[in-house]
Amino acid sequence: MKSFMEEVAATPGGENIRACIQCGMCTGSCPAANKMEFPPRKIIAMIRAGMRDEVLSSNSMWYCLSCYMCTVRCPQDVKPTELAHALESLANQQGFRVKGTRTPAMYRSFVSSIKGNGRVHEVGIMLRYYLMTNPLAALKMWSQGLKLFVHKRMPLMPNKVKGKQDLAKIIQKFTEIRTT
Amino acid sequence: MKYYCYFPGCSAEATAVGLGVSVQAIAKSLDIELIELEDWTCCGSTPYGSLDKLESILIAARNLALAEKTGLDLVTPCPSCFLTLHQANLYLKEHPQLATQVNEALAVVNLIYHGGVQVRQLIEVLYHEVTPEVIASKVKLPLNGLKVAPYYGCQMVRPDYGFDNPESPQSLDRIVESLGAEAVPYPLKNRCCGGALIIPEEDLALGLIRKLLGNAAENGAQCITTVCPLCQMNLDAYQGSVNSKFKTNYNLPVLFTSQLIGLALGLDPISLGLNTNIVSPRKVLDSISKVMLEAKSGT
Repeated sequence: MKSFMEEVAATPGGENIRACIQCGMCTGSCPAANKMEFPPRKIIAMIRAGMRDEVLSSNSMWYCLSCYMCTVRCPQDVKPTELAHALESLANQQGFRVKGTRTPAMYRSFVSSIKGNGRVHEVGIMLRYYLMTNPLAALKMWSQGLKLFVHKRMPLMPNKVKGKQDLAKIIQKFTEIRTT
Repeated sequence: MKYYCYFPGCSAEATAVGLGVSVQAIAKSLDIELIELEDWTCCGSTPYGSLDKLESILIAARNLALAEKTGLDLVTPCPSCFLTLHQANLYLKEHPQLATQVNEALAVVNLIYHGGVQVRQLIEVLYHEVTPEVIASKVKLPLNGLKVAPYYGCQMVRPDYGFDNPESPQSLDRIVESLGAEAVPYPLKNRCCGGALIIPEEDLALGLIRKLLGNAAENGAQCITTVCPLCQMNLDAYQGSVNSKFKTNYNLPVLFTSQLIGLALGLDPISLGLNTNIVSPRKVLDSISKVMLEAKSGT
């Protein structure tokens, strides 16, 4: 059976994990490290130690802002940003439910908006996101949404493009033939 | 006139409509023609790749395949679209087996991608091909005396594309200066605004936005400029939230760089979408009309 580290290294984005020298540059450069259950350097150590469930059920990678500061500073080219995305995709595909972060719900709303419309539609994303998480919190967002709406930045209807049918077709075919 | 295949990105037609209209408005004056990619779909951005990287590459590849048919470079004003399309392009080159599967899927809708598209950011085109010197030569209303904080954010310069320094970028400073304005020192110019996590993690993002606004104000900036739709929204639409949460009093207009360029080119503020900015850009417009009045009266 594959070790957890081998599983991560075989996931797109996780390829360079073996090169880590635990210097901590990633954690020191991360604007969200103090919100994470386990900061980036520690997460890498835990992956190597085979702590699969602890890593994949943690909120850490869901706090990655994709700012790429760790990636440009890492002396070993581990690409911790890509690694965070790899962990997110593993946790998502294996059905881990994460406490203490609503980011997975937001990402799922975002992707379903793309699949439904071909392009991002913010109003649809927000409705779906708040229904999935906390409908009452939507009230707090109301004034923000209105502000964008009156400044012509929040179209109520999605811009449905012809390409959305094409997206559905290529995704269906790809799902049948992909090897990983 | 130079021709490019243009990928506006979803934001440019919605939350960042000011970006979309100002880019098209300045293009003609700068002798570039942006021909919109027909029937483009969302690039996928960070969330898609976080949930399923390979499928996100597939949907990016559809756009690349459409662009390849035009034979032109694919240019986008959005750093996140750029990063996503550029990374998908590289990943397909490095993983021929995936490229084969992607092409098998694309064949269902009669598309094929050979890997021949060059993906570029509009700001890089303005900097390398149009050049700050040529922009300066076309300025009709120099923004003399206007102090601007050039805000790069993250994905415009990171990961390292070789176009600008990821730790101490300079290209936006040069473009701001080419308009006659002053680029103030801005040590946090390449730090994160919180990005899309403004929705699920508002406290984290508001803290980061506060630092960015504070650092610009401390350095005497009268406004901030950025190319990124998400950075602009966070700094502009959430400036009020920062002020109420931290009892601050920031009043910094956040202009897309294309809006700032358009003003210096003498274009009408409405045609640049300045009516869609939430923190009123009045301060900036007033300083420009002062320049006009002084020029007229010869002082």
